[in-house]
Amino acid sequence: MYNMGAYYEATSVAHAISLLQRHSGPTTKIVAGGSDVLIQMREGKLAGYTLVSIQRLDELRGVYMDDDETLRILPVTSFSHITKHPLIKEYINVLGYAVDQIGSPQIRNIGTIGGNICNGVTSADSASTLLAYDAVVEITGPAGVRRLPITDFYIKAGVVALMPDEVLTAILIPKESYENTHGHYIKYAMRNAMDIATLGCSLNVRLSPDKRAVERVRVGYGVAGPVPMRAKNAEEAGNGRPASMDTVNRAAKAALLDVNPRDSWRASKALRLHLAEELCRRAFTMAITRAGGSL
Amino acid sequence: MHVGQSLPRVDAYDKVTGRAKYTDDLVDKSALIAKVLHAQIAHGLVIKMDIGEALRVPGVVKIVTCFDVPDILFSTAGHPWSTDISHQDVADRMLLNRRVRLYGDDIAAVVAEDEIAASSALRAIRVEYEEYPHVLNPIEAMAPGAPQLHDAFLNNILKQTSAGRGDFEAAIQEPGLIRIEGEYETPMVQHSHLELPVSYAYIESGRIVIVSSTQIPHIVRRVVGQALGMPWGKVRVIKPYIGGGFGNKQDVLYEPLNAYLCQQVGGRLVKLEISREETFFATRVRHADKIRLVSYVRPNGRIVARSCDVYANQGAYASHGHSVTGKTMTAFRQLYHEEKAHRVTGHTVYTNTPAAGAMRGYGVPQAMFAVESHAEDIAAALNLDSLTFRRMNMMPVGFTDDFSKNVNYYDSLNQCIEKGRACIDYDRKRKLYQNQTGPVRRGVGMSLLWYNTAVWPISLEASSCRMVLNQDGSVQVQLGETEIGQGADTAFAQMTADVLGIPFHDVHMISTQDTDITPYGTGAYASRQTYVGGMSIRQTANMLKEKIISYAHELTRMQIYDLDIQNASIIHRPTGNALLSLGELATEALYSLSHSEHFSAEATYQCKTNAYSLGCAFAEVEVDIPLCKITLLNIVNAHDCGRLVNPQLAAAQVHGGMSMGIGYGLSERMLFDEKTGRLLNDNFLDYKLSTVLDHPRLETRFVENYEPTSAFGTKALGEPPAVPVAPAIRNAVLHATGVAINRAPLNPHELFTAFVSAGLIPTEK
Repeated sequence: MYNMGAYYEATSVAHAISLLQRHSGPTTKIVAGGSDVLIQMREGKLAGYTLVSIQRLDELRGVYMDDDETLRILPVTSFSHITKHPLIKEYINVLGYAVDQIGSPQIRNIGTIGGNICNGVTSADSASTLLAYDAVVEITGPAGVRRLPITDFYIKAGVVALMPDEVLTAILIPKESYENTHGHYIKYAMRNAMDIATLGCSLNVRLSPDKRAVERVRVGYGVAGPVPMRAKNAEEAGNGRPASMDTVNRAAKAALLDVNPRDSWRASKALRLHLAEELCRRAFTMAITRAGGSL
Repeated sequence: MHVGQSLPRVDAYDKVTGRAKYTDDLVDKSALIAKVLHAQIAHGLVIKMDIGEALRVPGVVKIVTCFDVPDILFSTAGHPWSTDISHQDVADRMLLNRRVRLYGDDIAAVVAEDEIAASSALRAIRVEYEEYPHVLNPIEAMAPGAPQLHDAFLNNILKQTSAGRGDFEAAIQEPGLIRIEGEYETPMVQHSHLELPVSYAYIESGRIVIVSSTQIPHIVRRVVGQALGMPWGKVRVIKPYIGGGFGNKQDVLYEPLNAYLCQQVGGRLVKLEISREETFFATRVRHADKIRLVSYVRPNGRIVARSCDVYANQGAYASHGHSVTGKTMTAFRQLYHEEKAHRVTGHTVYTNTPAAGAMRGYGVPQAMFAVESHAEDIAAALNLDSLTFRRMNMMPVGFTDDFSKNVNYYDSLNQCIEKGRACIDYDRKRKLYQNQTGPVRRGVGMSLLWYNTAVWPISLEASSCRMVLNQDGSVQVQLGETEIGQGADTAFAQMTADVLGIPFHDVHMISTQDTDITPYGTGAYASRQTYVGGMSIRQTANMLKEKIISYAHELTRMQIYDLDIQNASIIHRPTGNALLSLGELATEALYSLSHSEHFSAEATYQCKTNAYSLGCAFAEVEVDIPLCKITLLNIVNAHDCGRLVNPQLAAAQVHGGMSMGIGYGLSERMLFDEKTGRLLNDNFLDYKLSTVLDHPRLETRFVENYEPTSAFGTKALGEPPAVPVAPAIRNAVLHATGVAINRAPLNPHELFTAFVSAGLIPTEK
């Protein structure tokens, strides 16, 4: 039995925004899949909250290619649909793989990629990949549409740059970002399913045409700080360098300058730091291999 | 013959189609909902409770607090009652407690029209405490000056006992002995049964009726009577199908409080369901043990003397208490037989943590983790083959225990070892995996298993059974022994069919126990039911058969000693002729104008024997050292549990136990905040139960030595499978990496610490 104050079903994005305006307040929340919101409601954290549901908005579901070849991922797309979508498979397969690490098949059928990032948690399995691909979020509010780099979307733990009457309406991956890249994501958790990441590392590379050099490497981490982050030092240690184990090891070491994990009862800082280096090493190795490089 | 066949479960179709009714399916929708308020300090006293605001929450019917409940202390352990006071369980808790002894202790309860009103009222209750310092660990709890939990138990020691054999001090003087010491720790874990603890209660004809998800309905009746101070006959307990218990529901959990709340609202129907979070801290857990072992061994591997000290974390209340530690000690004493002397001391110590009770294995998983890790350590230290070392020292064939009179009739351990090692290709892999150097290494390891069957002579062992014959020759069977998902009803039906000479489908098991109707039996625990229940089934079925044959003699005038029942017919043995069908006889008997008889039989069988149940596990692991991760590649359990009643169900029983053992060895552990005493991981996200993706294929092997003391040749299989898995994995990791990890579970946190100190993970200065 859920202690739900009220539940409103939006019939369009515009309707959702007007519902949010009409019922605006500190105890109003958007719900899509419900795999986070309903749990918090059961725990009593959101007891009595008003929910505005965007669950049935088909206009917010799906993955498309814009005319300028920007990949447009709509937020109410479930994780399992992301994983299986042909555009995802072709252009950003690592994202499909990353969200396939979430929870269980049931959760992946109900949970949405938009909810995953709007939650603002550092452990979100999609977030490190989206950061590593310089994703841009598209937000719609009463005043219209605005765009924000995903790094600016994350403000602090649990808080994203969404106004009370705004809705996330798309996640965009520019062509320049995904073109000719190969990535790998490693979710490190205490068991092989139904878990949250102790640390997550998503890395993608673009090799030179001869596959000998790393033209560009981008590294995203989850649970390495209060919000998902990019590892700029690791990237600098890899960019323009030969595609070699030496480069991989340098980048992995450099990642330690970027990450700032917590010491908590869920895992010690020492273990997370050790893993930050090791996961970077393994993800980088795998990405280079996938890109056709040899180490 | 039905015993020995993999017949389908009698409840399979109803369970698979969702037709089987569990407690929460049965409760009427009009039920009031009760919820419990749990203390938010680990130790102290409730000074004052303000329920004014909570009472004003719409829908709230009644609030009772720790200031209202009767001043009666009661025990909750699901043991048979003992009329000998010195043998009774410790009574140390009330329905609600003013004196708070753990973070989460029960201090008040709300009864409301629905769940939301009950939850809102809980949040509106204001509590004032006087806070005392708390202690979470048994060693600290025993130290002078530690916070005291129960006045009657000095230094928090619930009980301390010692046992031994031979002259230990003299034995260790032998020149040339090698002394090997190890300290092993096992985690506090929770049963994690799928169905939550749930019950409902109402008053009918001046008696209180409780329907509950329990393993032990007849014991619940007694404890509710005791806790509420009412005659036991005024309490009726009904147990429908249950979704797992694993020993947690071998404790009387919330049935007494549920009954009391029902009384407080004039006997209206009240449901009390305990949430998953509450189940973790407010029901029971497995004792976390620290076990110190010292062995004095000759260079050839023969153990001359050994000692064991057990420190068991009892938590806040006694529950099963030192009985569990006692079994830990017995397992240490009996698996290996040293040449000259041993001594063992067990301490069961109160701390401000959840109460420890019965959990699958009853102290033996802890014992085997320590004893079998230590065995591997000794073999490694002496550079001996670990199987050879074990064979040199393990319980010999023909051994008879003075206390239980158990006899080790067969060479079960060696036979199980042979099956296990062949299955996992142990010898080849043991060599193959020597001297690895890379970051990812493999290893194989094993552990023996010692267990016994039922609780005699520690406690009463008795089972009662009733059988009633129908007009068509089929029978209803009732036992106090309970189906809790393990398949007991199916095994009982197979046994009944064989003794009565009727088809399996003509046996109707009445799965529900109702203490008003079902004959007395103590329930599902101690891996006892096929053994002790089998005895009462055989006795009762024979009585029924005797009555039927006597009636057949009247009808046929053939000699009683020449008559038998086979395949539902009355058979004349000398000719082999079927004289009439059992259905014809039953119909005639019931409606006869000259001699009408309703055929039934009911009897109690008291069992005064016990039986060893031995076995082993072999595990193969791959250890990714930089990732601090273990992948379990292969695992096999081999058991001698006597004759198998139903091989398929037996294998399923072993699979479940192995799965629990995998969690125990690799991932499960309850964690507490040192500062507040609060349980940190009271949910299935943070409490790392292993998932199907963490399991390899679970292999099972059986050795079927017919148990001579058993009605059907069977002995314990319910608990043993959970026991040897964790030490087998730990020993495989030792083989793979050379690192002996003495603290379960072997999760990445533990591996990281161990690999850093072993130098396998470099640390930068």
